[in-house]
Amino acid sequence: MASVTFDKATRLYPGSTRPAVDALDLDVADGEFLVLVGPSGCGKSTSLRMLAGLEEVNEGSILIGDRNVTDVPPKDRDIAMVFQNYALYPHMTVAENMGFALKIAGINKDERATRVLEAAKLLDLEPYLGRKPKALSGGQRQRVAMGRAIVRQPQVFLMDEPLSNLDAKLRVQTRTQIASLQRRLGVTTVYVTHDQTEALTMGDRIAVLKDGVLQQVGTPRDLYERPNNVFVAGFIGSPAMNLFQADLSEDGVLFGNHAVRVDRNTLAGIKQKQVTVGIRPEDVTVTTAGDGLPVEVDVIEELGADGNLYGHATIGGNRVDLCVRVDGRSHPNAGDQVYIVPKEGHVHLFDIESGARVGEVVVA
Amino acid sequence: MSGSLNITSAIVDPALLDLPWALPLEVWPDDSIAALPKGISRHLVRFAHLSGYVVAIKETSAEFARREYEMLRTLQRLEIPCVDPVAVITNRSTVDGIELDSALVTRHLRFSLPYRALYSQSLRPDTGTRLVDALAVLLVRLHIVGFFWGDVSLSNTLFRRDAGAFAAYLVDAETGQLYNKLSNGQRENDLEIARVNIAGELLDLQAGGRLDEDFDPVGISNGIVAAYRTLWKELTGSEEFDQSERWRINQRVERLNDLGFDIEELAIKTDDTGTQVRIQPKVVDAGHHQRRLLRLTGLDAQENQARRLLNDLDSYTVTFHKKGEVDEEMIAHEWLARVFEPVIRAIPKDLRGRLEPAEVFHQLLDHRWYMSQNEARDIPLAEALNSYVDVVLRHRRDEATVINPPTGSITMPTEVVDEDDWRLKV
Repeated sequence: MASVTFDKATRLYPGSTRPAVDALDLDVADGEFLVLVGPSGCGKSTSLRMLAGLEEVNEGSILIGDRNVTDVPPKDRDIAMVFQNYALYPHMTVAENMGFALKIAGINKDERATRVLEAAKLLDLEPYLGRKPKALSGGQRQRVAMGRAIVRQPQVFLMDEPLSNLDAKLRVQTRTQIASLQRRLGVTTVYVTHDQTEALTMGDRIAVLKDGVLQQVGTPRDLYERPNNVFVAGFIGSPAMNLFQADLSEDGVLFGNHAVRVDRNTLAGIKQKQVTVGIRPEDVTVTTAGDGLPVEVDVIEELGADGNLYGHATIGGNRVDLCVRVDGRSHPNAGDQVYIVPKEGHVHLFDIESGARVGEVVVA
Repeated sequence: MSGSLNITSAIVDPALLDLPWALPLEVWPDDSIAALPKGISRHLVRFAHLSGYVVAIKETSAEFARREYEMLRTLQRLEIPCVDPVAVITNRSTVDGIELDSALVTRHLRFSLPYRALYSQSLRPDTGTRLVDALAVLLVRLHIVGFFWGDVSLSNTLFRRDAGAFAAYLVDAETGQLYNKLSNGQRENDLEIARVNIAGELLDLQAGGRLDEDFDPVGISNGIVAAYRTLWKELTGSEEFDQSERWRINQRVERLNDLGFDIEELAIKTDDTGTQVRIQPKVVDAGHHQRRLLRLTGLDAQENQARRLLNDLDSYTVTFHKKGEVDEEMIAHEWLARVFEPVIRAIPKDLRGRLEPAEVFHQLLDHRWYMSQNEARDIPLAEALNSYVDVVLRHRRDEATVINPPTGSITMPTEVVDEDDWRLKV
């Protein structure tokens, strides 16, 4: 096992003016589960492929442990791409399916048996080792495929959208299995997904990328509670954080007739007259009393225990669509007029031009 | 989405609508299904009859189906041997409105065979080597156009007989990506994937008792690395030599022609002193003999078949015409009318599905050679043909659309059967 270091690693495709991955600085600790997340084209898969040795690194370097692997061929990097190919061979037993790559690597029979048994125990596959794949369920087959990677005892596991072609139910199951297995194995893992829910539920830490540039890296809680910029704020969390532009007053921001005070130091750091305000759907109190920002309810999405209120307000003459978490049993209805007030300590402010976070979480 | 089936297709074939899209592929009725041998697939793949040809249908997500359809069309435009994409079917649902997976429809390549159909009792080492060699050629061609396969395997390839060798066709492009140029790391990774997958597939045949006893699965799978590297070096490598050895340029061109490639663009550089020359092919095209045969005769054959037919055409020319007397096209036309076509016409109708015409001709030439050796005399082609049809062709199976063994997949859990102690088998 080992740490992974991207040291100003850059990938510039020939003929392109903008790097696909731009001076990526990222340290993945030994045994850590790091998720690279971002929208399509953000450079997450390219970063993973750079680590795998599939993409050239034009500038900077990549280290696995203390070893600089920037120019090392993929098969000599001691990494395993999990789920790269999970075809199982019908005439071979589960044990053979898991161990055949060791056989071609010239590892002796006793060692092969030991490693296969170890992996099978971890994967709860021990009772099935003598069986053929056709006797296994879909989930068990997935685990055999993982077993193929585990028996090689690589330093790092790499996974590139491994769940993308599974149906929704199997995806959630496998997601949990991968995360718990990774913790049991303790093998450093770099995992790529475009799905922020997958990122939040699986990663020890998450690195958010956009346009080849690392936006923020931190624990799921860090990213959720204290996004560095508007992009991370909007990308992490579902339903997404409400983001809109608002005028600054002398001592804060106005929500209709409700003023949200912002401390002086933070205000002093804002150069423009407007600011981007971010509030998560659950950080809003809904009233009918007339205090706060008036919102017209468009639709209520019932989720059982709670629900989502989708509505709109007029701020600074512009229509702003908003989403607010409401109680599942007692909530306003479509067409109602309500007033919203942000909960204390949960308003995020971002610079209107750079999108960068301004100050700490402010007090409402 | 019930009732709003969506078909995207480059060819307009109304018969596509007649297939039972409202049923999961697994339960399609027998009258829709053609039985063809298949390799190991991640997805359920079945074969169906459509307007007189056979199509392969793969169930997968809409995104994957569309992506693979486009990728196969792009590969076709790049003249890569691959299966023919027919259609993408999305928005499928049962009559009760239950959503079904989307489907990718490809046309089955006539006379193509999965590797599991290339033996009757067990796979012989020389056949294994020829399969691996064919796959190496395909992989080099894919890498030259910038295609990273990601799942190179015998199962994802179909093979056509090619005058004693095989020609490989890409079947599954699901994991593939097209780049402007592949990095060495990408090529190495594909090669490693190929080596491991082929070993897995051969070990699986061994586990099923389908490999000759003297077959070394690991050795043969390792063979792809050497075959690939040799061809890659020949097609893309640079060489440097003294001005006085300029004949080496022609030699390089001829070597590539022998391998079945044409050089479309060659970079030639001299050093500052002008004494050293460096050459490197920049653009190479597969199908050197195929193109020449097509130009001269209109016949479409595999590369080695074309080479064999052209050799026969050349010896015909030498036998019946003085050098330069008649132009090449005229002689080719004459050879076609007097030699090739009469042979093909003489094959009984019921045996025409056994092998492709060019393969029949190649085998007939071989057969005549063996007869001549045995009988120590020249055997006329007509005599050899009668013998070939009776002794060889009649005893072969039809390979146009091979029917046997039945299709199947391993996606459904089945009854658990206890096996021997796994420790004996790792």
